[in-house]
Amino acid sequence: MIEIRWHSRAGQGAVTGAKSLGDIVATTGKEVQAFALYGSAKRGAALRAYNRIDDKPIITHEKFMNPDYVLVIDPALAMTDDITMNDKETTKYIITTHMEKEDLIKEIPALQDKADRVFVVDCIQISLDTIGRSIPNAPMLGAFVKVSGMFELDYFLENMKRVLAKFPQKIIDGNMQAITRAYNEVK
Amino acid sequence: MAEKFDLNEREVWDGNYAASQALRQARVDVVAAYPITPSTPIVENYGAYVANGYIDGEFVMVESEHAAMSGCVGASAAGGRVATATSSQGFALMAEVLYQASGMRLPIVLTVVNRALASPLNVRGDHADMYLGRDSGWIQIDAFNAQEAYDLTLCAFKIGENHSVRLPVMVHQDGFITSHTAQNVYPLSDEKAYEFVGEIVPVDDMLDFSRPVTYGAQTEEDWHFEHKAKQHKALMDSRPVIDEVFAEFEKFTGRKYNRVEGYDMDDAEVVIVALGTTVETARVAAQELREEGIKAGVVGIRVFRPFPFDDVRDMLENAKSVAVLDRSSPGGAMGAFFNEVSAALYTTPNRPLVTNYIYGLGGRDFSVNEAKRIFMEQKANADAGHITTDIQQFSGLRGPHLGYFQTKRS
Repeated sequence: MIEIRWHSRAGQGAVTGAKSLGDIVATTGKEVQAFALYGSAKRGAALRAYNRIDDKPIITHEKFMNPDYVLVIDPALAMTDDITMNDKETTKYIITTHMEKEDLIKEIPALQDKADRVFVVDCIQISLDTIGRSIPNAPMLGAFVKVSGMFELDYFLENMKRVLAKFPQKIIDGNMQAITRAYNEVK
Repeated sequence: MAEKFDLNEREVWDGNYAASQALRQARVDVVAAYPITPSTPIVENYGAYVANGYIDGEFVMVESEHAAMSGCVGASAAGGRVATATSSQGFALMAEVLYQASGMRLPIVLTVVNRALASPLNVRGDHADMYLGRDSGWIQIDAFNAQEAYDLTLCAFKIGENHSVRLPVMVHQDGFITSHTAQNVYPLSDEKAYEFVGEIVPVDDMLDFSRPVTYGAQTEEDWHFEHKAKQHKALMDSRPVIDEVFAEFEKFTGRKYNRVEGYDMDDAEVVIVALGTTVETARVAAQELREEGIKAGVVGIRVFRPFPFDDVRDMLENAKSVAVLDRSSPGGAMGAFFNEVSAALYTTPNRPLVTNYIYGLGGRDFSVNEAKRIFMEQKANADAGHITTDIQQFSGLRGPHLGYFQTKRS
């Protein structure tokens, strides 16, 4: 089983991102779960969203997990939230930031000995450039596709178009660009 | 004529979406509803289907849950297929009309997304509302995940509307844990789903003007008791019909439901008995403990009303120590579910040890590790031959241990 924890603020699209990821992973024949833990459900409040992915039906319903991937889509939460909570020696981190990786890690003591498992990408700037709004979920999906190696980029983009089918073409195109850019820029 | 809704063979849906799709596919004539967290999306999705032309039936927005169930009573008495959704305080406000609906033998389907009752105010899942309905005369079916919320909502119409049943049916799912967790769901096509549910054939419908009938009559000590006895008999007699509907559902989908579900129960010595998502989480714990040689098993109650006294007995009679998990504040007694399971087991020759855990109130997480800990306490009981802990304990509570009553031993 692969487990993923998203750190986000309400309104940044982590819940939608987790559900979209689940939807696309399911098309590969895997079983998925996507859920979130809301605080008081106000825009801007910190929240966590979760994915589970497995080859067999997922029957655990506990909220607790030891994540394989931690996806942080709000730059400040990397500093203020406990992003390494319940992690493993193999947990990979993908963090939204405008900073260089080395500078970011200097700011976050919990990541000091994990530098080889930390990846950075500026999802906020990418979404501003491509979608026109600060919606960092789509670029994070692109970065995750690259870091996890779970899909070919083209396969993911095709399926994402299906997930976004109800939106105007402009939004779909923006999301495709956002995913592609983050895929190429994550490091 | 309703627009065609495109569905894939495999969808990723949460429990709310799954329930709303089942309502759409059953071609409900009237939905009267007042949304409340966490079942709001059932009403919201259904409203969107109406607005987008996917529904031929009526959708009535009302001013309260009391009015929602009252609207359902009227529409059902008129002869329609009727459904609604609610949770928690909304359920509590419906309570009066729930008894009216069952007493009038109206086959309304109510999808209940279980949530704690205030105070303190809490939007998350526990079974307080489900327990509040347990003497209301409704059939209560419990889904453990989103797929089951979909499947069992379809089954609910076919059970309640059966002419030898004619009772309202609740389909429960856990607030947030099921209702807001997306997972793989394998729906039927619209045609297959409707073929399974079938057309409603009303009985004594008020719109049959050639044969006038009265609903909601008054009976005092002359006949009230007989009416209530008939209602209880109807609930008890619904058991074989429920079994038939589940058997037919299996023919359509390959998915088999039972009024009591047993997992790893063939040789189980230590058992967790639970409702809702906890059944599945406990199964993970049982499977892990079996790798360590502990004979753990799980029993899930699929049909809470009519309570499967006989099947619970059959399933558990060879167990050694049984933990019954109540996700509702017991309010000065042993957990109600514990009492019911204990009563069933008291009439077995073996009389396994039975303990009571109060857990998960207001959405407190129930983990695989906690399920394992509970299993291990049962193991200690089984080895000692008596209950080694308090008979009732709170599980997952912060602060000092809370528990009551010990086994009397000479």
